[in-house]
Amino acid sequence: MELKRVVVTGLGALTPLGNTVSEYWNGLINGVSGAAPITRFDASKFKTQFACEIKGYDPEKYFDRKEARKMDLFTQFALVVADEAVQDANLTEGNFDPDRVGVIWGSGIGGLRTFQEECVNFANGDGTPRFNPFFIPKMIADISAGQISIKYGFRGPNFVTVSACASATNALLDAFNYIRLGIADVIVSGGSEAAVTEAGIGGFNALKALSERNDSPETASRPFDKDRDGFVLGEGAGAIILEEYEHAKARGAKIYAEILGGGMSADAYHITAPHPEGLGALNVMKNALRDAHIKPEEVDYINVHGTSTPLGDVSEAKAIETVFGEHAYKLNISSTKSMTGHLLGAAGAIEAIASILAIQNDIVPPTINHFTDDESFNPKLNFTFNKAQKRDVKVALSNTFGFGGHNTSVIFRELKD
Amino acid sequence: MSEIAEKVKAIIIDKLGVEESEVTPEASFTNDLGADSLDTVELIMEFEKEFNVSIPDDQAENIATVGQAVSYLEEHAK
Repeated sequence: MELKRVVVTGLGALTPLGNTVSEYWNGLINGVSGAAPITRFDASKFKTQFACEIKGYDPEKYFDRKEARKMDLFTQFALVVADEAVQDANLTEGNFDPDRVGVIWGSGIGGLRTFQEECVNFANGDGTPRFNPFFIPKMIADISAGQISIKYGFRGPNFVTVSACASATNALLDAFNYIRLGIADVIVSGGSEAAVTEAGIGGFNALKALSERNDSPETASRPFDKDRDGFVLGEGAGAIILEEYEHAKARGAKIYAEILGGGMSADAYHITAPHPEGLGALNVMKNALRDAHIKPEEVDYINVHGTSTPLGDVSEAKAIETVFGEHAYKLNISSTKSMTGHLLGAAGAIEAIASILAIQNDIVPPTINHFTDDESFNPKLNFTFNKAQKRDVKVALSNTFGFGGHNTSVIFRELKD
Repeated sequence: MSEIAEKVKAIIIDKLGVEESEVTPEASFTNDLGADSLDTVELIMEFEKEFNVSIPDDQAENIATVGQAVSYLEEHAK
């Protein structure tokens, strides 16, 4: 059976750098940090008191009050970006078959705030269960895909992938696979996360995963810097519309790039620590290159997982050197998490968008906040420190790795006939 | 309007996102005010909380309009 080609025809973004794709991209290429003191709750007793929150988000701009009340923030974010992407792709009645349009979304956690609030209410009561009837349908991670399908009447494959910080890339790869197998024509994919809550910050603090640089939030996310001390939690969402190439051409859709292939692997090593030699990261990039039928030398840009943790950054850089050999020193590498923070299950979505826009605009967004070199990294590697670099980007690869040892990698290429 | 009726009306406006003028005694939660089955469950729970009563499921089934809610609560509220 011949596999079909799959292209990107729509994008949507709600990020700590901006609330649309163009605002997001401007923030990225200008090296803006999205970090600031936490406003969503009183964090004064927490070890980490800052995060990369969405700015100026008003649910009533997008939803009526009754609708908004029934959705956790992560679902609201999903609907906001899905709408931008659907408009961008110009999917209008009559130019698609709703039974052949799916939604495959990613979220690492789902409705954490809803879960937290309902449990707190119960704990504060007298033991009588008074759970809100919307508790479960607001909290479950898959409701995001369900809500998108309900809004647009997309009746194709519909589910959510959960693989922690790799969730959205797993969603993208599933969407890619279903389209290339001919099971759907169009899939709205992406991911959303809203975990800046007491439980989210407290939980990651307990793991010692977060930066505690409270005196300088905007420089806290510093991947590959000697003084990196953990990731900065982010929130938001990204949507990517994948479409079968002939279907996109037939309806005259704008095509951003082609999705060429992807890889998946597991570390099979530890629940939160990466494999010290980056074994899973190495395998996943190899798998992706093989699936995409391209040589390592063809890759121009790697948008790394690069969360700014002491261990993770080292094992990923090692893996890149092993997979790419001498070419590792010729390609551009950057961690856009230096600007956006770590959006957990949505990271793969906004980083796929950064990779796609790097191809479109021939600009590599930077890894900001580089102050001090770390001898753990080969100085020949180009991490695109501090300033965006112009480069003819034809092929970009994006890595995302999740707690549990889940690794995913996806490759995009400039469209060729 | 009784104090209970005022409170019932306020809860309905808040939970169902409807206009005050729509909340007439005859208005049905599902047919007139756009509530689905989950909204109705939530409304009953709000009435229980606000008026400190426990409404058994078999009686909750008979509370389908604004007026029925008000008369039930006027009878049972503590």
